Amino acid sequence: MGIEKLSFSPRPLGVKKAEGQPAGSKASSEWTCDDHFGQIKCRISSFRMRYKVNPGLYAIGEPDRESDIFVTANYKLSFDILRRELRGLNAWIIVLDTKGINVWCAAGKGTFGTNELINRIKKVNLDNVVSHKRIIIPQLGAVGVNARIIQQRTGFRVYFGPVCAKDIPAYIRAGYVKTPEMRLVRFNMLDRLVLTPMEINPAMKKFPFFGLIVLILFGIQPSGLLFKDAWEGGLPFLIFGLMSVFIGAFITPLLLPFIPFRSFAVKGWLTGIIAVFALMKGIELSYYKSLLPLVAAYIFFPLASSYIALQFTGSTTFTSMSGVKKELKIGVPVYLTATALSLLILIIYKLSQWRVI
Amino acid sequence: MKYIADVVTLEFFQEKCTGCGKCVEVCPHGVFLIRDKKAFVTDRDRCMECGACANNCEFGAIRVNSGVGCAAAIINGMITGGPPSCDCGVESGNNCCG
Repeated sequence: MGIEKLSFSPRPLGVKKAEGQPAGSKASSEWTCDDHFGQIKCRISSFRMRYKVNPGLYAIGEPDRESDIFVTANYKLSFDILRRELRGLNAWIIVLDTKGINVWCAAGKGTFGTNELINRIKKVNLDNVVSHKRIIIPQLGAVGVNARIIQQRTGFRVYFGPVCAKDIPAYIRAGYVKTPEMRLVRFNMLDRLVLTPMEINPAMKKFPFFGLIVLILFGIQPSGLLFKDAWEGGLPFLIFGLMSVFIGAFITPLLLPFIPFRSFAVKGWLTGIIAVFALMKGIELSYYKSLLPLVAAYIFFPLASSYIALQFTGSTTFTSMSGVKKELKIGVPVYLTATALSLLILIIYKLSQWRVI
Repeated sequence: MKYIADVVTLEFFQEKCTGCGKCVEVCPHGVFLIRDKKAFVTDRDRCMECGACANNCEFGAIRVNSGVGCAAAIINGMITGGPPSCDCGVESGNNCCG
C-alpha cells in the first residue's frame, strides 16, 4: 500500500493498487507538534471550524481483511484522538463528512448520520476492504446512526463502542463488550476547564459594544461628550462588565456542581451577585454621589453573568433541550426587563446630574 | 450532575419493549436498565434528550423530543421561528460546535 504522510490536512488518496486492494491512506498514531498546536488553537478560537480532514478510508498500522473498522467525524481533533488511541493496533478508520464538526454535535445535526455512513461505506468499497461485517461507531454517534438501517442497507453490523476513544483497547480485549463505565459520559473539572476559553471568547466579542454604550452613557453632557466623565463614570461599569464575563464564562462553568440550584441561569446569577457585592466594597459610596448607578449595577451585572452562564448549557454533556427552553422562557423576559430598567435608572441618574429633575 | 427536574420529554412504553438492551447500550447517562427481560427508566432527570435511544429502538418503545440543546441555538430558533439551530459553520461565523 502506498504511504501517505499525514500532514495538516490528510487526503485519503486512492493510491494505485492491484485489483481488489483497498484505496486508503496511512495515518500515524503519533501526534506531531502541529497536531498539538492545532488542538490548542481549536480550544481557544474559531480556528476549530476550519480544522478538518478529508472524509474517506484511513489505515492505522498494517490492517488486513480481518481488522476492525472505526468510524469518526472529519473534525481533525476527533480523528486525531481516535488515531492516537489506536496506537499499536492494526485498524481501519472511516472518516465521515461531518462538515468539520465533532461526532456528538454532528450526530445531533444529522451529518454524522445513517445516510452519510451508508454512502461512505459504499464509496470506500468496504466490502472489498474487509471480510467481516463488524463496524464500530463511537457510542455518542448513536444519536445520528440507526444501526438497524445500516445493517439492512449495507450488511454491516453496527457495534456502538465506548464513549471515549481511550477505552477502545480494553473494549476490544473484552470481546467488544463495554463496561457500564465505558457507556457513561463524564464532565469533570478538567473537561469543563478546557471548554471555558470558547465561552469567554464569544462573550468578549460583545464587550467593545457594551463598553461603547457605557462610555457614551457616562460621558454624554448637554454640551457634548466629556471624555473625563466618560472614563471616570464608566470605569467601574467596565470592570463590572469584565467581571460578569469572568464569572459567567469561567467561574460558573468551573465550579458548576458546587454552586447550588440546577438552573444555569440561577447559578450564574448567584455567583454574579456575590462578585458584584465583593467588587462594590472597592468602590466608595461617594464615588458617584448617588446610589442610582450602584442600583443599576446590582440589577444588571448579576443577570449578565446569569445570561453568559446559561450559554454554557451548549457545552455541557447533561443539559436537555426542554430544560434550556424552560430557563429561557423565564430568563429572556427577565433579562430584557432588567436591562431596560438599569438603563432607565442610569438615565434618571444622568438627568439628576444635569439638574433637569 | 443533574439538570432541572421534571422537564424532559422522554416517554417509555414498556409493553412494546422486548428487552434487547439497545437503549442501555447507547444511553450516555445510564437512564435505562434491564430488569425481568424488560428495560425500565431508572432516573428520568438524568436524560439529556439526545435521542440515541429512540433512534435505535427497533420496537418504537421510546419517544423523546430531541434537539440541539444550547441556549444560543434555542434563542436562534425563537428569533427565526424555526427549530433550535446554532448554525455552526465557517459561513455563519458561529463556532460553538468544535
